[in-house]
Amino acid sequence: MRAMVYRGPYKVRVEEKDIPPIEHPNDAVVKVTMAAICGSDLHLYHGMMPDTRVGMTFGHEFIGVVEQVGSSVEHLKPGDRVMVPFNIFCGSCYFCVRGLYSNCHNVNANATAIGGIYGYSHTCGGYDGGQAEYVRVPFADVGPSIIPDWMDDEDALLLTDALPTGYFGAQLGDIDEGDTVVVFGAGPVGLFAAKSSWLMGAGRVIVIDHLDYRLEKARSFAQAEAFNFTEFDDIVVHLKKATDYLGADVAIDAVGAEADGNFTQHVTSAKLKLQGGSPVALNWAIDSVRKGGTVSVMGAYGPLFSAVKFGDAMNKGLTLRMNQCPVKRQWPRLFEHIQNGYLKPNDIVTHRLPLEHIGEGYHMFSAKLDDCIKPIVVPGAV
Amino acid sequence: MPYTAGEPGRTVPEEVRARIPGWGVDLDPKNPPAFPRERFDPDATGAHWDFPERQEEKWPRERSIEHKFLTPVFGTATPLHGLSGAIRRLAYRRYSEGRAAHWLLLIAGDRVDAVESHLRSLASARPDDPITESGVLSERRHRPIRSRFGRGRADVSHMWMDPVIIVGPWLLAGWLAFSLVKRVVGRRPA
Repeated sequence: MRAMVYRGPYKVRVEEKDIPPIEHPNDAVVKVTMAAICGSDLHLYHGMMPDTRVGMTFGHEFIGVVEQVGSSVEHLKPGDRVMVPFNIFCGSCYFCVRGLYSNCHNVNANATAIGGIYGYSHTCGGYDGGQAEYVRVPFADVGPSIIPDWMDDEDALLLTDALPTGYFGAQLGDIDEGDTVVVFGAGPVGLFAAKSSWLMGAGRVIVIDHLDYRLEKARSFAQAEAFNFTEFDDIVVHLKKATDYLGADVAIDAVGAEADGNFTQHVTSAKLKLQGGSPVALNWAIDSVRKGGTVSVMGAYGPLFSAVKFGDAMNKGLTLRMNQCPVKRQWPRLFEHIQNGYLKPNDIVTHRLPLEHIGEGYHMFSAKLDDCIKPIVVPGAV
Repeated sequence: MPYTAGEPGRTVPEEVRARIPGWGVDLDPKNPPAFPRERFDPDATGAHWDFPERQEEKWPRERSIEHKFLTPVFGTATPLHGLSGAIRRLAYRRYSEGRAAHWLLLIAGDRVDAVESHLRSLASARPDDPITESGVLSERRHRPIRSRFGRGRADVSHMWMDPVIIVGPWLLAGWLAFSLVKRVVGRRPA
């Protein structure tokens, strides 16, 4: 089969690999019909995530058709069209039965601090991902769902990570009616977090980024106020002024590890890999939220320590809530919101390319060329 | 204003409710999104086992020492090999996830892996190609100048480092190879 393969930092190519076999009785092999490149794939691409091995196939956002199932699979059969959440989870461990699917204890031998994720380094279990023609899907009876007939393929694809994660960010904010919510990062997840904040009753939604085209999308797609932090001497002061010196009630960090707001932080994290991520956005969130407010984090950070302003968080009495999104838990409500027309996920897709061009896709997304917000790759397309 | 006891304006204007389709549909605390949240209900997950059957361990699989045993299911994407494998094996065998040494060794293993794999590729039918693998060819069709300049992008401040990091090792490897060849040729008897 053809598959994207990591060759080292900033290098990927498509090469021939064996079709993955059934390794466990509850495995399925899925023929991928569509995959996406996620902003957190760029952490791998940039060599930020520990134990990212050359030869690995990335891709935790994908949909496809079941090709083969293991002997204990009861709920899926070959030919089923499925959407697969980015978390790999067993459904029966201490964490899964409490709804913490992203924290499953039975799927990641390499770490206990994080669950299993497709194509996301050995730190997340060492599973190949879906930027390929075929992918192994463990616990096929637990993770995947059949795509409803009424659902658009691209919407289903965005339901495997970006939309539920953004929605989860707003949910973690515990938004009360009328709250002012500030979202750091206007990538796909930030855009969905901003959009979801309204559904949870926000009175005001503000989005911060440095890319004008993404801020424009925050205004048009998420109906938010949007500011470019490079136009302000100090974005925290601006946000305080904009909220009558109170601060936002809820701040959502939808940026994660490779924040671009501070040269020193960027060099020590993204370039020298001495931090688990440059926490510029997280520190802005801590500083700009009001005392007693809530900071929600679902931007992805690596396992190494980061220079976070924890003292400010303590002294302000903040509630910090964070996790990888337990995607499947979000699906029932999100299906309703899509059917009701409250959310239209694929409005954020900007680029569609064949799998064979994925190297160019990674570069384009990483370098933010051509107003790229969300690229999708299609195996077999030319 | 926070300097007095008064509540800041929390009334959501009708204009907002009218403008946002679905505004407030998830506001009711009795009907939270993502229910069932933290509800003990193993039947709801689709699992039909108490403890999953164990995947066959076809080679010694590294694991975090914070785990009691090898998890019943694990990835088999890229087994350990070579010097990078030895470094990673040490990180897993010796240090818990709570130790910086664990993660820094893994990062070091990644860098060694990249060099090892690159050298190995030079002896293969398909050596690494710095042009296609860096994706730099996408520049020509995707507005490279307009995307970067005059738009206030914060990452411009560190963008200059990226080519050094990407191209630098290739130049260094080329220089080393050239020096080696020159030295070998220079040693030939006249």
